[in-house]
Amino acid sequence: MLTKKNLASTFLKGKRRGDKIFRGIVIAASSYSALMLILVAFAVGEGALPIFSQEGFQFVVGTDWNAVYGRESFGALPYIIGTLLSSAIAMAIGVPISLGIAIFVTEMAPRRLSTPLSFVVELLAAVPSIIYGLWALFVFRFWVRDLIERPLYEHLNWIPFFDKTPFGLDIFTAGIVLSIMIIPIISSITREILLVVPNSQREAAYSLGATRWGTLRTAIFPYAKSGILGASFLGLGRAIGETILVTMIIGNAIGPAAIPTTLFSQGQSLASLIANEFNEAASDLHLSALIGLGAILLLLSMIINIGARFMVSRMVKVVPGGRE
Amino acid sequence: MSGNTGKQPTRFHRKEVQKMMVKNARKAKIVDKIVSIFAILCVILAVIPLSSILFEVIKDGIAAINWDFLTGKPSAIGRAGGGIGPAIQGTLIVVGLATMIGAPIGILTGIYLSEFAGGGSFPNGVRFFNEVMTGLPSVVMGIVGYILIVINIGSFSVWAGAFSLSIIMIPIVSRVTEETIKIVPNSIREAGFALGIPKWKIILFITFKSAVSGILTGVVLAIARIAGETAPLIMTILGTSLFFTGFNSPVDALPLRIWRLSSQPYESAQEQAWGAALILILMVLILSVALRLLAQRRGLAVKAEI
Repeated sequence: MLTKKNLASTFLKGKRRGDKIFRGIVIAASSYSALMLILVAFAVGEGALPIFSQEGFQFVVGTDWNAVYGRESFGALPYIIGTLLSSAIAMAIGVPISLGIAIFVTEMAPRRLSTPLSFVVELLAAVPSIIYGLWALFVFRFWVRDLIERPLYEHLNWIPFFDKTPFGLDIFTAGIVLSIMIIPIISSITREILLVVPNSQREAAYSLGATRWGTLRTAIFPYAKSGILGASFLGLGRAIGETILVTMIIGNAIGPAAIPTTLFSQGQSLASLIANEFNEAASDLHLSALIGLGAILLLLSMIINIGARFMVSRMVKVVPGGRE
Repeated sequence: MSGNTGKQPTRFHRKEVQKMMVKNARKAKIVDKIVSIFAILCVILAVIPLSSILFEVIKDGIAAINWDFLTGKPSAIGRAGGGIGPAIQGTLIVVGLATMIGAPIGILTGIYLSEFAGGGSFPNGVRFFNEVMTGLPSVVMGIVGYILIVINIGSFSVWAGAFSLSIIMIPIVSRVTEETIKIVPNSIREAGFALGIPKWKIILFITFKSAVSGILTGVVLAIARIAGETAPLIMTILGTSLFFTGFNSPVDALPLRIWRLSSQPYESAQEQAWGAALILILMVLILSVALRLLAQRRGLAVKAEI
């Protein structure tokens, strides 16, 4: 490859030992960083091997969780359900709100307002999840219990979803707090995507007399569809892997009891069970079962992330820094 | 870019759009109002939690903070008094060590991807792997640190925690470095080559130097991110109530301490949890705000977190 950029070093081949050494160093660093993913996959796979060889596929579809010696039996199904359900609630609440924020910031607000607003939303993204957890545990869960769950229970308890005395520490609360956590992520990527939609799209629709919503629906959304979908999936990946926040508020049920029968049931997610029991693992098999949960979680989030990156990169390069 | 750059999306021909607009003019206006109100509502809904979090953390946190709290050891469970000294010290040590591993490797990877690599299969593989890594759950990194280090040396350790956090850090730093170095104009490099300077010197003393503020931004971003991580620390550094005793033994960290304190049923512990949260949020927010201001001055666009 002979570009202008490295013409000189091609010319002086062999005379520049420094170049070779430096090249070796950067390639070594790149190999290390690429090796990490392989290392993660292998370490988790190896750690999960005992449980999969013991329980086989039963580990994925089983519901028991018994670490007592001699009666050990582990199944991950309740926690897979808990993970997916709490993330689904987070998505159902988070995606529309994120979309609304992105629309307001890019299409409606004057520049004076939109700059500080996106600043505030991005600050929200910088708050560590343990702080969301602390706030949810001591403040927000009472809001959810008294303002949302109680009324739903009192008036709509003929719907099976709501038929349980709400306590505040349940899958529903976990989903809401997760949505608060992923809103900044989804809305800032969606904002970037709406910003790259060419102005000619908007002008064309406006010139035909479209309202703002008409413009969004006919000219902007079709153009930004795959990008917005990808942004939502990135948020989903975040919600699925979130650990400490969920551990603090999901209620930490175990075994068959962790399969939610209502929205207000105590639950457990894959990540939260790992965090709860990892340091108290009673046996090697128990530990392997917890690592097995990690393996399932890894697989889930890998699929979601690869899908999301693919969809977003079709639309716009998403960069954690630098110029878009 | 999707395929319809510069063209109207094929589904909506001009006539069709026009007809629809005229027919639905009145309805459209009402819908438009509703959507606008919805968007404003969304913004308000998002700002409420942030203000509530900041309000609670500051209100309850300030009450807990005093000199003993910042420097003292935690007291026995259920007793009032005691502090978070070991947690602050542990966070600084673990995050510092993780940065010392993660930042150089991330930066060198970024340099390789932008200055040496084209579009071959190895560089694309590195890029792809790093992208996938960015989105993996942090709890999995903790498991990896446990399996690779804690089991092998037989003790929860600072190294394991720093290693796990560095895995989270590397892809963030390498991505930012690659993108920032790419912006450096080629003419600067060419000037260097014209003078016969070796490539590695050009990269280190010209390209890297002109991109250093952007790269620093990426590093700070990653530090802010890992300083708040809790999950990977549970299975690597464990947490203790003692000050640092060595790299092969457990230490404490602020997020871990907040978690432990918040799960105790005593009011004094909960007050301390808020105090520790205030210290943590101050560390992270000061880093992010400083970063934003720096970036704005340099004319760089910085995304909060991905």
